[in-house]
Amino acid sequence: MTKSTETKREVVILFAGDSGDGIQLTGGQFSETTGLYGNDISTFPNFPAEIRAPKGTLAGVSGFQLKFGSVEIFTPGDKYDVLVAMNAAALKVNLENLKTGGLIIANTDGFDKKNLNLAKYADGENPLEDHSLDKYIVHKIDVTKITRNALKGSGLGIKEIDRSKNMFVLGYIYWMYNRKLDNTIAFINQKFKNNEQLREANINVLKTGYHFGDTSEAFTSRYQVEPAPMPKGIYRNIKGNEATAIGLIAGAKKAGLNLFYGSYPITPASDILHFLSKYKNFKVKTFQAEDEIAAICSAIGASYGGTLGVTASSGPGIALKGEAIGLATILELPLVICNVQRGGPSTGLPTKTEQADLFQAVYGRNGEAPVPVLAASSPSDCFEVAFEACRIALEHMTPVFVLSDGYIANGAEPWRFPKSEALTEIHPKWVNDNSKNEEGKYLPYKRDEKLVREWAIPGMKGFEHRIGGLEKEHETGNVSYDPANHEFMINLRAEKVKKMAEFLPEQQIAIGESQGDVLVLGWGSTFGAIQTAVRELRKEGHSVSHAHLRYVFPFPKNLKQLLSRFKKVVIPEMNKGQLLQMIRSEFLIDAKGVQKVKGLPFTVDEIKNAVLGENTLEAVQ
Amino acid sequence: MSQNTPNDIVEKLTPKDFATDQDVRWCPGCGDYSILKQVQTIMPEIGVPKEDIVFISGIGCSSRFPYYMNTYGMHSIHGRAPAIASGLKAVNPDLSVWVITGDGDALSIGGNHLIHMLRRNFDLNVLLFNNEIYGLTKGQYSPTSPEGSISKSTPMGSVDHPFNPLALCMGAEGTFIARTLDRDPKHLRDVLSEAHLHKGTSMVEIYQNCNVFNDGAFFPFTEKATKPDNVIFLEQGEPLVFGKEGNLGIKLDGFKPTVVNLDEGFSKEDLWKHDKSDKIKASILTQLFDDPKTEGALPRPFGVFYAEERFNYEDVFNKQIQEALASKGEGDLDALLAGHSTWEIK
Ligand code: SF4
Repeated sequence: MTKSTETKREVVILFAGDSGDGIQLTGGQFSETTGLYGNDISTFPNFPAEIRAPKGTLAGVSGFQLKFGSVEIFTPGDKYDVLVAMNAAALKVNLENLKTGGLIIANTDGFDKKNLNLAKYADGENPLEDHSLDKYIVHKIDVTKITRNALKGSGLGIKEIDRSKNMFVLGYIYWMYNRKLDNTIAFINQKFKNNEQLREANINVLKTGYHFGDTSEAFTSRYQVEPAPMPKGIYRNIKGNEATAIGLIAGAKKAGLNLFYGSYPITPASDILHFLSKYKNFKVKTFQAEDEIAAICSAIGASYGGTLGVTASSGPGIALKGEAIGLATILELPLVICNVQRGGPSTGLPTKTEQADLFQAVYGRNGEAPVPVLAASSPSDCFEVAFEACRIALEHMTPVFVLSDGYIANGAEPWRFPKSEALTEIHPKWVNDNSKNEEGKYLPYKRDEKLVREWAIPGMKGFEHRIGGLEKEHETGNVSYDPANHEFMINLRAEKVKKMAEFLPEQQIAIGESQGDVLVLGWGSTFGAIQTAVRELRKEGHSVSHAHLRYVFPFPKNLKQLLSRFKKVVIPEMNKGQLLQMIRSEFLIDAKGVQKVKGLPFTVDEIKNAVLGENTLEAVQ
Repeated sequence: MSQNTPNDIVEKLTPKDFATDQDVRWCPGCGDYSILKQVQTIMPEIGVPKEDIVFISGIGCSSRFPYYMNTYGMHSIHGRAPAIASGLKAVNPDLSVWVITGDGDALSIGGNHLIHMLRRNFDLNVLLFNNEIYGLTKGQYSPTSPEGSISKSTPMGSVDHPFNPLALCMGAEGTFIARTLDRDPKHLRDVLSEAHLHKGTSMVEIYQNCNVFNDGAFFPFTEKATKPDNVIFLEQGEPLVFGKEGNLGIKLDGFKPTVVNLDEGFSKEDLWKHDKSDKIKASILTQLFDDPKTEGALPRPFGVFYAEERFNYEDVFNKQIQEALASKGEGDLDALLAGHSTWEIK
């Protein structure tokens, strides 16, 4: 029979099942293949905090959400068109966000009595049988049974066979969206290169899923999503944490330095350590320290020794590093500190996303300890921001904060990656022949017009000097308890960071006019949701623009002026209004906040409604 | 890192060349002065150019030390000197790195870093100034203060049982364990020189008199009248002999050290001969930790308890880099940027 093909502009799919169902891998593979095909795409893995939560339970549901399309995509989507539910719990947890009329692909084996009980359906209740899903299209497939049949005689045990169920689903979805299997077959070949049996089995099941779409009598629709009109160039898929790692490597390389990465494992930052530890041939030295404090202190030691020191963590770890960040600040040594934010306070929601560590980054130290803070707005932007942080750290001799969060750290998108030669050269502030005064003495805290001191490292003859956490005398760096000197140095360090704004790019408008009714001002991972919301509002005729801060501290030098051209400034954040407070206190304007602290990113509608609900917008007639 | 070759090592340097123009600010009479002097004295002798030497300290009286050494130096934050030194040594293995710390700095707030540095065995030297008190904060008991210590924070006596620092360091897989005293300059210099030569983390506990807050804490080991009966100086291959008359010795009964009198039928052949390569015996030596004031107390050993050759963290750490470079070639940034699969939009 012929199958109809329907063209779609954009599609949101959620793969959901047990942590052990291979959901993340399935989603990752689909994203990669879809990116290769030329769609724009945005992904959002959402997993439980437990490594192997009890099977079949509501708490154990793992999800991988992705949106792809023939148009520009900025978020993984608010509501799903397709929900793949490997078991009853996965359906129950996620049904709420399925569009009316959306498609459910249900693995019927995951809806047996045991699974229904675990998912807390009432005795005898089965959503697949009782018409409660009538407003959706339901494809019921016994994935387990078909997979077992396909692998009969493969010599694999039931446990191993069942583990390849996800390949069936993937193959089926590939069929549905007219995708080729090549990329995933290549992936399987690589992954199981030392195990022919598993290699064959996985490819077999993948193809079974694909052919199932072709031959099954029941399902008639296939969908076509054409490539998106993306700027010309060469693309790859990238996740935020990987982009951060590559940005750090590129930064060190462009500065002619080795990279030292001191870290202690913590969710969701550990992947940066995993990535970097693989790149030893880039002279990347990764050190898994005994704790968060040692992680940053070892990085300070490395920077003192003339290597680019970097550390990363998440909120709880950053809290422990606070004193050492203060030390790096008063020493004025280059250092990059990445915070991949997660839900707080305390241990909070380790696998969920939040932006509530902005104050921690900007203010979270004893004494007056100004540290520049940069924020990444998307997975690929993590590269740019990490690179820029290296540049600022080395050229301004200062610790620099990079903020990302669990959402963009684990999320992926296509990235038109740069050529290495297009990246800026970074010039560390080394001492040179003219660095000594008339008496032939090196003054470690003598500064240039940017108020930056010069860097001398152990091994350099004639530049021996002592530095430390005690207040130091201007220029000589000798310990000084002089009250006037202390205040002078406090002001100098503040001025140095403030002055950076003169050398940093001005704030741009991401979309919209440079004046109007409303400016939606964001920072960090809210970029996609804000951008999409603002585009929609503009289409609906509203006077709305979007600006997104990369430099959160110090603020870009034109920000005040830029904000003043709008009647209203609205600031959405995944916290209780931290940027909002900074903007209000810095510029004395009546900015409005939009807040969500659920461990989940904003949906586009949430931002639209908030902007509209502010009564700030009148439709343009 | 040095631009010097061993040949142009500045043999003309004197201890004075290692002093800075900064006023030394310890209390008059403090044991720290002697330690500073001995360190400055051995510096020209160890044959390392000034610019390749780094002193890193934490917080406490002793931690002012780097300001007084005309080398590279960092006065860091409380307890963290080992972590900073580890990072420095990891990226710059050729430096001669000296960690200056105290009993509070190393064993209380920085205890975690200390034990991990020891097991990793970075090739650096740790000088632990043990004065059994918090001096800089004006006289609270420390993790090495004896039980019942009366201090500013323990008017009725401390409840804590103290650490045995060298036993702790043995337990942390240290490869060089030594003890010396501020009031025995020659012994101090000898131990420091040996620590410098050891390739690994050299842990040197120095009994240091805080004459302001804990004066005399170590007098039983330092004063003429009591020293001979309370101190055993360890010499490699030599029997453990002590006492005013030099007629007392330590004999091992199984694992139990006992004091015997050489005038009462025992000969030096019966005594425990010191072997710093013997880990078990070194561990027993660290347990010779009796309060000298108690009846029948065993004397306390000074010198190098234990020395073991074990790989240094920084060597293997950097070897892995070399191996990766050899097997994969120098990293190609463009290949890294491109990842494993790309596509082109035309
Ligand atoms: S307080 Fe004690 S340890 Fe500190 S400088 Fe004075 S005498 Fe020395």
